[in-house]
Amino acid sequence: MSLASIRKARSAIAMGACIGSAVLGIAALALILGALLWNGFSSLNLDVFAKMTPPPGASGGLLNAIVGSLIMTIMGVAIGAPLGLLAGTYMAEYGRYSKLTTLVRFINDILLSAPSIVIGLFVYEITVLQMGHFSAYAGALALALLVVPVVVRTTEDMLNLVPGGLREAAIAMGLPRSLIIRHIAYKAARAGLITGLLLAVARVSGETAPLLFTALNNQFFSTNLNAPMASLPVVIFQFAMSPYKDWQSLAWAGALLITTAVLVLSIGARILGAQKTFK
Amino acid sequence: MSDSTASLVGDARTRALKRFNLGDRAFHLITKSAAVAVLLLLGGVIASLIHGSAPALSEFGFGFLTSEAWNPVTEKFGAAPAIYGTLLTSFIALLIAAPVGFGIAVFLTEICPFPLRRPIGIAIELLAGIPSIIYGIWGMFVLAPVLQATLQPWLIAGFADIPILNDLFAGPPYGIGIFTASIILSIMILPLIASISRDVFATVPTVLKEAAFGVGCTRWEVVRRIVMPYTGAGLVGGVMLALGRALGETMAVTFVIGNAHKIHASILGPGTTISATIANEFTEADGVLYTSSLIALGLVLFVITFIVLAASRLMLARLKRQEGR
Repeated sequence: MSLASIRKARSAIAMGACIGSAVLGIAALALILGALLWNGFSSLNLDVFAKMTPPPGASGGLLNAIVGSLIMTIMGVAIGAPLGLLAGTYMAEYGRYSKLTTLVRFINDILLSAPSIVIGLFVYEITVLQMGHFSAYAGALALALLVVPVVVRTTEDMLNLVPGGLREAAIAMGLPRSLIIRHIAYKAARAGLITGLLLAVARVSGETAPLLFTALNNQFFSTNLNAPMASLPVVIFQFAMSPYKDWQSLAWAGALLITTAVLVLSIGARILGAQKTFK
Repeated sequence: MSDSTASLVGDARTRALKRFNLGDRAFHLITKSAAVAVLLLLGGVIASLIHGSAPALSEFGFGFLTSEAWNPVTEKFGAAPAIYGTLLTSFIALLIAAPVGFGIAVFLTEICPFPLRRPIGIAIELLAGIPSIIYGIWGMFVLAPVLQATLQPWLIAGFADIPILNDLFAGPPYGIGIFTASIILSIMILPLIASISRDVFATVPTVLKEAAFGVGCTRWEVVRRIVMPYTGAGLVGGVMLALGRALGETMAVTFVIGNAHKIHASILGPGTTISATIANEFTEADGVLYTSSLIALGLVLFVITFIVLAASRLMLARLKRQEGR
């Protein structure tokens, strides 16, 4: 065989392996989604949205967990997003080239991928241990700390995309910096900022680990923020690990709900982000 | 215009300017303190972990890292099995996910027909966002029984006569264990590696590739000799980022690891990881030493992931600078 045909054969084999790995990867992910849809839809019914989490052996739903998840996610975003927005604003507007910004960006990138369970331990130390009991406040705070890095990152990126000419035009008209940021830059980057917010919600709505020992769980319906509160991921964890069939099928229903929510949020973020881009 | 109205207008002007100035300074200060708060957040996490783990670390000293004991009754705790499990599962996961992820990235940048590139790329990015608990529940109910019935007995029988490997794949097939956890982890980090590698591959100037094709390189030679060397730092950075995720991953692993504080030679046996131990035992831990030992585990995990993630960010930043030049 000539050298050329050996090289061609080697290339064909390597490219075949690449196609194979793409098929393998997509197949694995399709299998997961398939199992999720199959098991999720077969356990999904109206009771899931209307009834409380049941004791073993009884029928019930996930209402308290769904409400708990919504409350803690909204609170977490309400606390974390403004902080992230302001920090990102500083990095893109006031201190774009400062050393502080470089340092914050580096630390923020690490926090972005840091193990969420460690954030849970941190919040446990500063809230649960001080207050003496688990509470929805602690859970919301843990989620807020996970929201911050996501929002910081997207805010900085989006504000950096706002054309400098817009700011210069406003400066020429005599507007002060803070007004330029709030009325020009934020407005120009609005779609991007909302995208970041949606991504942050998607990120925390599936988080389980930091809630395990902050908000704990609650078998009953509760809107008391100073008491333990149920959340979908924690209930899924508890029910899936249990030996009871009813609980396991509720876990699948919950898993389907969370995945749907996360996918809808990220697709929404994507559509919004594609609408308005500055280049 | 009389002098008095002129000075009145001047006064209003000065006052407005003053107000602008004040508001500007306040906003500057507020945003700056928010940026500093991000730094304080990291500092607070580290300080609280050190504070919380102090009782355990002063009781066991450095022996905590090497001891295999984990006995809540006699209050003897050691991190070795958890650290071993964390490192081993992540290592095996990378061994599987890195080549497959690179393969997907090459497929997306070199082979895939253009109309399909965007949809497949978006699908992969969306899958990277699926919560880890979903992977965990799938691993426990679907993957573990399948592995127990098929792959694991086959591995045990197949390597039974080969030294070293027969220790690595020793029986019985539990279904859950280090091996299953590694596979789940590899599927989880696959979209991450694939999408970062694809982005990194896209930074290679087309001229370089065309030149290589021009002198008669095959497609594989272009990938191997041009694309990969050009993007080396970025690829390593992406893999390390995925490693950082895998090390700290909690829920996907907790479902299928088996939670056994033992170091087995066989990777088919049950084990534990740092995050799985914390997730499983923290709320049930009673006694200062038990809780403190779990927080000390968290500190170890944080230190390991911090180093890995910092290295990964530095490498990715280097590629960005190179690109900007």
